[in-house]
Order: sequence, then structure tokens, then C-alpha cells
Amino acid sequence: MYDVIIIGAGVTGCSIAREISKYKVSACVVEKEEDVCCGTSKANSAIMHAGFDAAEGSLMARLNVRGSEMIETLATNLEIPFIRNGSLVVCTNEEDLPKLQDLYQRGIANGVKDLVVLNREESVRLEPNLSDQVLGSLYAPTAGIICPFTMTFAFAENASQNGVEFKFNTIVENIHKRNGCYEVKTNHGILETKYVVNAAGVYADVVHNMVSRDKMKITARRGEYCLLDKSAGSHVSKTIFALPGKYGKGVLVAPTVHGNLIIGPTAADIEDKEGTNTTGAGLEELLQKAGNTVKNLPLRQTITSFAGLRAHEDHHEFIIKEAEDSSGFIDAAGMESPGLTSAPAVGEMVVDIIKNTFQMEKKTDYIAVRKGIIHADGLTVEERNELIKRKPEYGNIICRCEMISEGEILDAIHRPLGAKSLDGVKRRVRAGAGRCQAGFCTPKTMEILSRELHIPMEDIVKSGVEAKVVIGKNRAAK
Amino acid sequence: MSVEKRDLICIGCPVGCNLTVTLESGSVMKVEGNTCPKGDTYARKEVTNPTRIVTSTVEVVGGSRPFISVKTKNDIPKEKIFECMEEIKKVKVTSPVHIGDVIIENVAGTGISIVSTKNA
Amino acid sequence: MENYDIVVIGGGPAGLAAAASAKENGCERILILERDNELGGILNQCIHNGFGLHTFKEELTGPEYADRFIKKVTELGIEYRLHTMVMDISEDKVVTAMNRERGLFTILAKAVILAMGCRERPRGALNIPGYRPAGIFSAGTAQRLINIEGYMPGKEVVILGSGDIGLIMARRMTLEGARVKVVAELLPFSGGLKRNIVQCLDDYNIPLKLRHTVVDIDGKERLKGVTLAQVGEDGKPIKETEEYIPCDTLLLSVGLIPENELSNACKIKMEPVTSGPLVNESLETSISGIFACGNVLHVHDLVDYVSEEAALAGKNAVKYISAMETDPSDTEKKQAEPIQLVATEGVRYTVPAVINLNKMEDSLIVRFRVGNVFQDSYISVYYDEERVMHRKKKIMAPGEMEEIKLQRDKLIQFKNLRTITVKIERE
Repeated sequence: MYDVIIIGAGVTGCSIAREISKYKVSACVVEKEEDVCCGTSKANSAIMHAGFDAAEGSLMARLNVRGSEMIETLATNLEIPFIRNGSLVVCTNEEDLPKLQDLYQRGIANGVKDLVVLNREESVRLEPNLSDQVLGSLYAPTAGIICPFTMTFAFAENASQNGVEFKFNTIVENIHKRNGCYEVKTNHGILETKYVVNAAGVYADVVHNMVSRDKMKITARRGEYCLLDKSAGSHVSKTIFALPGKYGKGVLVAPTVHGNLIIGPTAADIEDKEGTNTTGAGLEELLQKAGNTVKNLPLRQTITSFAGLRAHEDHHEFIIKEAEDSSGFIDAAGMESPGLTSAPAVGEMVVDIIKNTFQMEKKTDYIAVRKGIIHADGLTVEERNELIKRKPEYGNIICRCEMISEGEILDAIHRPLGAKSLDGVKRRVRAGAGRCQAGFCTPKTMEILSRELHIPMEDIVKSGVEAKVVIGKNRAAK
Repeated sequence: MSVEKRDLICIGCPVGCNLTVTLESGSVMKVEGNTCPKGDTYARKEVTNPTRIVTSTVEVVGGSRPFISVKTKNDIPKEKIFECMEEIKKVKVTSPVHIGDVIIENVAGTGISIVSTKNA
Repeated sequence: MENYDIVVIGGGPAGLAAAASAKENGCERILILERDNELGGILNQCIHNGFGLHTFKEELTGPEYADRFIKKVTELGIEYRLHTMVMDISEDKVVTAMNRERGLFTILAKAVILAMGCRERPRGALNIPGYRPAGIFSAGTAQRLINIEGYMPGKEVVILGSGDIGLIMARRMTLEGARVKVVAELLPFSGGLKRNIVQCLDDYNIPLKLRHTVVDIDGKERLKGVTLAQVGEDGKPIKETEEYIPCDTLLLSVGLIPENELSNACKIKMEPVTSGPLVNESLETSISGIFACGNVLHVHDLVDYVSEEAALAGKNAVKYISAMETDPSDTEKKQAEPIQLVATEGVRYTVPAVINLNKMEDSLIVRFRVGNVFQDSYISVYYDEERVMHRKKKIMAPGEMEEIKLQRDKLIQFKNLRTITVKIERE
């Protein structure tokens, strides 16, 4: 019997897991994929929003601002790459200029600091590559960019370090309340728990509706992105937004924390909760819209495109509360933008909700820091050589595009909740995330995974149990 | 007396000359379009008894890599290619192997051997 | 910091030939740095034949061709380090490299020869829509998996791109028991050698669909199928021609890109059409003493020409070093304005791009590629405004590198020669 079961190991679930791990309770995260960070958390804009966009007085606004405040300390303690690069919401139509003022006022009311409205000249001085149609902008210095993978892994590893269990490839099939506690029926048996936290992303409605009569509806809203080579990474230095519209914040152009340039997302509501495919029309729309706000985008430098699904709830607001007709069942649902930014604050809030009915004792031995994976290429020559003397694997480059060594890949595999797949390695240490898109390093990374995890090459997957990279040894085709 | 003209691309070397072969009742009368004698030889063979060099890999034990590359020492009849592949698939050699070493003596009854093209 | 006369970056066919040539031309302290666990570069996985016809008058497989040069390098006693990744080159020719045994180390070189080869264009660069499942490989990665690691990428295959690598892999996978359903090619003509169409596609009844591309990828975890469509004159897919092809493997042979990360790091001037360094008649880049050859300079079709080009680079690196030793301020170089080579009207680029007459040997091979298929057309060369060469060629295609030979004595006769233009003329 657990005290708390958290459904979903995305950034929301892992943040909650981390917060709960500060207390002397037994907790378990149940995740349907084979790894942490496999849903929305791996395919988003990677933006830490300033908080002016969310409706005044909304939960989104409050948690966004709180998350934005918390992230600096978290980034330091948990070694999450984070840069407070600032953002510009640009206006390209004369009649829309008042909307900049509206956003500004909303931001002030939401508690966002240092906001300022700029004219065209001031905007272009900050960002020379703004398009010729830009008439003015709202500048938010507190906005930032982050690595969403590391953020999720960091929360998860820290939670795991502090005693939280993780069960992967475990799908929740049904949930029953029996004798004051919950029976969570999974494909690997029944788990019993006092509290259930629903952080199931685009499937949060499916999970919620297993328990509550007040039906929830989560719509998967697909967003397509293009990622550009690091040579395009300084095309803009701040995150450039267009004025928000009906479907959300619109297409942005931003540097990533790793030095690439990201363009996206589009917004299309879809039926299929697994519809993470990009579309010809979507990619075209993306590139056209991006050109409205930023000029001379070096689109030929595109290295990949991808799509992610946001969990959109009809009222466009987070649902973070105990189900009214089922005590002990807590939703953390509707986590579309600013879900990533708010995640640290959502963790706090959910734990507070649990505390209302469950007296949890705080741990005295809670480990607050996490050691990240050493980025060997960032060390000085002396530091690196010292490391290689102790661990020669750090002298063997596997991913040539990102200059990632075998040492880093071994760390990614062997640390708590380590990588078991090519994508797992990629999201932890960036091997395969560079301009050749794993063309060079795939066979090498496969060999390392096979050797370290003692599984045959034929069973190495890209991500997910079915995604085997090769079908067998030579001659296996017949 | 049936006269037939067939257009081929010579595979004798990377140039790929466009050849025209004139056949009469199945025998080659004339070859045109070649820029070297190899083209003539190729054309005559191709329309009567097409042959190919086959390259593949063979499992090796004790080398730095699990497979070494091999080839048919000379070209073999085209229709024997898959039979040749079946025999290659069954073979395992042990290091050391040198370029030119015979791996299979008479592959698929062609009289041609499979030789190593890699040192292991 | 170590000292070498010449550091060669890359131990593939270009690096090997350059090093051998440098040694044969009198240089003693040469070091080859190679990141793989053996010399030979990409040739190690090119197990098919077709190599060496010009160099050795024999048709060899890739590994055999590599072995000839590896033997030479060994016999000449040239030093090389394997498992060694070059991390950086500075403008003053300090090479920083790394391996497990030594860690990070630096070498001061008198001359550097860039021979890093090229990499493949990935799916992402084409923005092919759809899912991102396992089962999508660039043709070279699939080739490596089969020929070196010994693993089969899949069994129901579609190949996008009819360049040589795609064609060779069509045959390779078929011989290993896979079913290659179709090779799709965006352009109206194939980019590979005609012989490969015959012996890789026709031989196995694999259809080639020109003017076709992949417009969608199905399968969330492992590839399930792709949608092919014909493209119109504007290069855009025609929706009505869409066709779903079930498959578990998609091989991409959609372009090779010279690997110039290191060249960019030391700010060498690049040629935008080739994506390789701009070089002069000595194959020297914009940084004196740094030379480039092979696929890192421009993507070749025949390894024989790589070896030829690399030998020239090696020789010139040695010339450079002895010139530096006798005349450190390089006053000779400043004598005349270099002659610019202009590629236009059908010719996409030339290597070299400039010629210093006083450094040129008696003859110089200028290599170039055309941008389209030309039948019964002429390669025309102009010295300034005067046409000096008008050579008819039955057929020229983008997939086949061309060359012309310039004679130094003819160039000298031309007073104040400023430009040499290479173009294609219809008559």
C-alpha cells in the first residue's frame, strides 16, 4: 500500500514526486512509457514564461509567476540548464498596438517584474533580426529558456534519490475506490494507495473519468516545431513571440539553451491522443508565421522537425484540485502552456492539497541537490585531462556533432532512472541531437547500450518497446 | 532470320557507355557505342550469358569486427547470385584472414572462389 | 605541445594519399589523426567493387583500395593515431585532439591537411512530415550497420534518393534477404552512376520512380509505411498521386555534406556551393599552410580522383613548408593578383577557385560539376573574354564530376589574365 501514487512521469508528475519525496511517505510514479519525459515534456517550446499572458487572477498566472521565481534556485541545485534570456512579444499591426498595453497591464497585475513596452526602434536595437513589420514590443526580462528534458530528469532523479519508486511500461487501466483507499489496476497488477495524483497529460481526462462522475475533457492540441542548427542559434537572443491569439501564444522564434534555434508551435486540436506526427501543412504554416516576426530566418539550417501534444482543457485553466466526488484523488490536469514553467509550483500546490487531509512528516535527510551529467566539452583542458586519467571513457568521443563522450553516455545509462534507449540517451546527454541527427553515433550508442544493459543489439530501441532499431543480425531478413 | 537490337548500359567501369547490340537469331552480330574493348566483351556476355561480381560479408571469429568483406574472385552467372549468397551466409572464418585468402573454393558450382577483401 | 611538420586530419582515402605523397616528397614528420579504430575511412564499409580503375587499372572493393594505401603508409613508416578525435584547429595551426590514452593534447604543425570527409544529410533537413519512428536510416548508417556491425536494419525497404549510396544499398539489402520495394528520386534524373542503375536496380527488378518523394511517414514506434507522391515542375508534391507503401525501413540517400566543423572553427573561407573550403591551385585554403582534399573539399564520385587530389595536397604542403623555411615572409606570394575561376551557366563550382600563376605546376586539373543534365553540349573555357577551349561532350550530369586540364605555359602567354570562366554552351 502506497501513500501516494502519481500517474504520469512528465515534468508535472516528476515535480510532484520530488515535492512529495521531502516527506516521510511512500510514493510511486506510474508511467505508461519506458522512460521519464516521454510525452508533452519532451516536445514543447522549452520556455519559462514570464507570466503576463495568463488571465489575470487565474491559477495559470499565479503558478506561472511562482514557477518562474523558483526556477533559478532549482536550476542551481539540480543542475538544470536555464538561461533568463528575456522575451519580446512583437506587434506587427497598427490596430493591435493597444493589445501590447493590455498584456503589459495584465503582467503587472499578475506580479511580473520589469516589464516594459518598447517602440520599434528600441525593439530592433535589442533584436536586429526583427521583421520590418514589427512596430513595437512588450519586453519581459524575466522570461527564460530551459532544457525541458533535464528539468524532468532532474525532478525524477531527485525524487528517486529520496525514495520515490518509479514503475515504467505500466498503464493504468482502471481505478476503484474501496474501503477508503484506491485500487489502481495496471497491466502489471493492482497497486493500492491512499492518494492518487493524476498527472497523465493528454490522458488526464481518461484517468479522471475512471474515478469521478464530473467528466473531464482534455483535447490534444498538436504543436509542430522546427529546430535549426547551432549556426543559426544567435539569429535572435530573446524569445520572440507574436501577439497571442485564440489558440494560444502562437509561433515563437527562440534560441534554445543548447544553442539551437527553435521555431514553433502551430496549434491544431486533434482526436488522436498519440498524434505526434508533423504534417506538411503544419510545417509550412510554421515557417510562414515565423517570418512575420523575424526576418532572414536561415531555414536551410533546419536539422529536424517534431510535434508535441498539449493537454488543453476547455476552460483554458489548470485543474489542480481534489475531485469533489472522490476524496484523495487529485488532478493536476490541463497542463498546457504555461505548464512547464508552472511545474515547480504545481508540485508545491499538490503537496499542499494532500497536506489538508494527510499529516505528512518532513524528512530530515532529504537530499536537495542533484549532480547532473558532466558536460565534458565544457570543462577546461586541465579538468578534462584529469577526468580522462581517472575515467578514460571521457576521452572517447561518440557523438561527433555535439562532442559527447562515452563517459557521459555511461553516466546517462547508470544513474538512477537511467537511459535504456537511444532517445533516452539523447535526451539526457544530447548524443544524437546534433546536425547529423544520430547518423554517425547510432551504431556506437547502440553498442554501448547493449554492452552496459546486457541486452542484445537486436533489442535496442529508439524509444518505446516496439521501436527496435535493427531486426536482427545479418541474414535475419529471410 | 530475326534481327534484334538491344540497348544496354555497360557496367564494365564507372563511365557507363550506352551500347547497342545487334543480334541475329540469338547470336551477337555487332556491338556499337563502346569506348574500350571491355565494353564489347561486356555487351556480348550480357546478352548471352550475363555475369556479375558479387560482394558481401562473412562472419569472422577473432577479428576486431564481427564480419569481413568478401567478393567472388571473378564474375559468376547472374542466375547464381542468390545461391552464392546462401553459401556465403553459412560460412564462418577465423582470424587471421588476409586479402585474397580463399573463403569458399567453388561457390554454387560456378568454379569461382569467394575471396576475402579485408585483413582480419 | 608536440611538433610535427604535417598533421593530416582523417585517415581515409584522402588522408592516406596525402600523407604518402608528403612523405614521398621529402617530409619526415607526418602524423595522421583518425577517429575510427582503423585506417581506411568510409572505404571500410564500401564493400562493393568499382574502386581503383584509374589508380591501379584494376577494379577493387573499397577495403582493398584502402589496403593499398594503408600498406603504403605503413611501408613509408608514417605515424598515425587511431581512436583520436580532432577537437579544434587554430589559425596558427595548433591542432587539438583527444583520445582515451593521452586525453586532450595539442600539436603545433607547420602545415595541416584537412581530409575529414563528409556526412549525410538527415531526414530532418528535408522536413519530411510524419512520425519519427525507428527504421529510418541514412543509407550510410545502414551500410555501416550491415557491413561493419553485422546487423540488418529491416526487411521491407523503401529508399529515397537515387545517388550511388542509395543504389548500392538497394542491392546490398536485397542480397541480404530484404525486399526493396522502390527507389524514389526527387529529380527527373538519377544522381548515381548508370552502371549502378543496372547492377543494383535493374538486376533485381527494383523500380525507380523519378520525380517522386516521400510526403508522409507512418508508424509511431517502428516504421509502418511511407507515402510517396509525384512532384510537379515546381518541385511540390501532387496530392492526387499519393501512394501508401507499407515498409519497415526507409533509407535516405539525399545528399552528402562536407564535414567542415573544424574548418569553420578556424574561420577558413568557405565556398557556399560545395560547402567546402575555398582553395587555390595548391589546394591551400584561405589560411596559408592549411590544405584541403577529398570529400571535405568537395564531394567526389570516384575515389581515384580523391587520391589524385590528395597527393597534390600532400606535395604542396611539403612545398609550402620548404618555402616558409627559405622565405618566411612569403614575399613571392605577394607578387601577382591571383586569377579567379568563374563557374557559370551550367557549371556550379570549380575546385580550385583561384590560381596563383607563380605557384602553379606545369599543368593543373580543374574539377567541376554541372547543375543539370546536358546532352551534346560543350565545356567551354574562356581566358578573360577569349574562348580557349570548346570541348563537346555527349552527356554531362550533376552526379558525375568533370575536369579540364590547364597548362601553365598557355596561361603565362595571356597578358594580365584576370579570370578563367568555365561554362556549358549548347553550340
